[in-house]
Amino acid sequence: MTRIGEVFGMLDRPAFIAYLVAGYPDQHGFLTAAQAVIEAGADILELGMPFSDPVADGPTIQRAHTRALEQGMTVDGFFNSIREVRRFSEIPILLMVYCNTVYRRGVEQFYLEAKGAGADGVLIVDMPPEEGGRAVRAARESGLDQVFLVAPSTSDERLEQILKSGGGFVYLASLLGVTGAREKLSDQASRLIGRVRPRTRLPLAVGFGISRPEHAAALRTARADGVIVGSALVRIVEEYAGDPERMTHELQGFVAGMRKELEG
Amino acid sequence: MKRGRFGDFGGQFAPESLMGALSELEDAFRRYGNDPGFLSTLDSYLAEFAGRPTPLTHCRNLSEDLGCRVFLKREDLLHGGAHKLNNTLGQALLARFMGKKRLIAETGAGQHGVATAIAGAVLGIPVEVYMGEVDIGRQHPNVFRMELMGAKVIPVSSGTRTLKDAVNEALRDWAASVGETHYLLGSVVGPHPFPLMVRTFQSVIGKETRAQILEREGRLPDAILACVGGGSNAIGIFHPFLQDRVRLIGVEAGGEGIETGRHGASLCAGSPGILHGALSFLLQDQDGQVLPTHSIAAGLDYPGVGPEHSMLHETGRVEYTSVTDQEALEAFALLSRREGIIPALESAHAIAQLLKMAGEFERDDIIVVNLSGRGDKDLAEVARLRRGPE
Repeated sequence: MTRIGEVFGMLDRPAFIAYLVAGYPDQHGFLTAAQAVIEAGADILELGMPFSDPVADGPTIQRAHTRALEQGMTVDGFFNSIREVRRFSEIPILLMVYCNTVYRRGVEQFYLEAKGAGADGVLIVDMPPEEGGRAVRAARESGLDQVFLVAPSTSDERLEQILKSGGGFVYLASLLGVTGAREKLSDQASRLIGRVRPRTRLPLAVGFGISRPEHAAALRTARADGVIVGSALVRIVEEYAGDPERMTHELQGFVAGMRKELEG
Repeated sequence: MKRGRFGDFGGQFAPESLMGALSELEDAFRRYGNDPGFLSTLDSYLAEFAGRPTPLTHCRNLSEDLGCRVFLKREDLLHGGAHKLNNTLGQALLARFMGKKRLIAETGAGQHGVATAIAGAVLGIPVEVYMGEVDIGRQHPNVFRMELMGAKVIPVSSGTRTLKDAVNEALRDWAASVGETHYLLGSVVGPHPFPLMVRTFQSVIGKETRAQILEREGRLPDAILACVGGGSNAIGIFHPFLQDRVRLIGVEAGGEGIETGRHGASLCAGSPGILHGALSFLLQDQDGQVLPTHSIAAGLDYPGVGPEHSMLHETGRVEYTSVTDQEALEAFALLSRREGIIPALESAHAIAQLLKMAGEFERDDIIVVNLSGRGDKDLAEVARLRRGPE
């Protein structure tokens, strides 16, 4: 079992999974942000590799990807970010990447380097299990969890295939569309948990659109095993990029508020 | 061959939220693609509304100049001024059969957006078109055309603010609206089943060409040339000839020259990568980040290419080459002056390649060039270039 599975096994409340973009607002600012969310109680860190064409992401995360690339972020720099986090934390790290990053590096090579740098799992946003045979094998051989997404539109037939291919946890997209903070939690989230729960022993974590403490509370009630927050955190990083102390303070306040709701 | 693949290329590298819509589309295409009711409706729109068949024109002056027999397949005479309508009528009609209530599309030069607006208007389906801010600036008449026909043009301000980013934005819209919306993709790119479906709708170009040349000359052509951006006009004319002994030549955007890095020649200068749902040749850096492109022809200004072209490139069945902006401009002027036909700058790339290789042909050789669009949309840009820098 990887650190991802261990964390879910240890907790008697939903895990808080924090997404940050590696190299955003720059390499130093990223480490400040990572340290802040980890110290405030994030249970798993999801680390995005910036891509020139992030089609599954909304405007907030797109801007962060573009900016990080302008700051010179590379795949070498991405692996280096993992190593930097490992200097101060043993938090499970899930890499969230677009397929071309992995393909271009060489699938097996990417997983070897990810493992070597200290990652625990990989989610390839634009790679359904139909295209994922080689990645799933590479993940298994290097001892990493291959995490897959399930959407409200995923058919029962494909759900079976996703659950068979995936490890670590199942990433449930609470709504159809792209990432991004929303005012209201989609009511599709609890329905999706109800649909997937009887078919797998993997933990179920819900993401897309989650940005407020009341969303976290509702997902705890719906018996989610984890909540994933991305755009809301990235927006804080964006807003306070020029003021690291304030960024740390705001991120910690946000994470603490979410954690409190998850503890019930 | 694996489902949705052309050799190793193609596939369905799409976010999970789109997978349901892609399989629904694949099922519908399989069901209606051979349905007599669908096909006869499409045929009647193509004939009575779009103006098919388009002529195959023997260019007497150009033939004299070049020392071979030159024919043009006149997609410039299709309604809307380009081959794009073959595909948009097919997909819009399919969307209607599927009960979809809204069409979205991406556009670069605006030709696909205009063709989608036409199809949406005539079939009574609302249309929204994503278009990069840079392209809106340089193709303003097409924005007005789309709006006249009732389409809404949505400016895209992300990334390079051109065609690639318009595709990104359309994919994001589709992910959130799959239930009632059909994404009417404009070329033989994207995840399966788009490359196969768009090829099917564009193959009417090659089928007609084949019948017309056999009727007129009693034999197949010696060579066929077409420009390649995403590659839909090229696949459309090439596909019915793949099994024949006919030289097929695809012409990419050489821009300011391959060596300058400012071009759109994915096959000539790129490497395999994954963009917009398919594995295909791609202009990318060592980390797989997609590179900015350049072409004087907005319709060729795209870093990727259809996966079937990647396969045909690897097998060597089709020869791919490139011509520069300057060569395309010279061909644009020459065809206008010698034949009284003003080509689109995209199509002028294919003419330019013909001029470059004319010496290889014999007097009796039959060469067909796919004249994929007319040049009205480019007049302001060409006039500006002739005036020189301001």
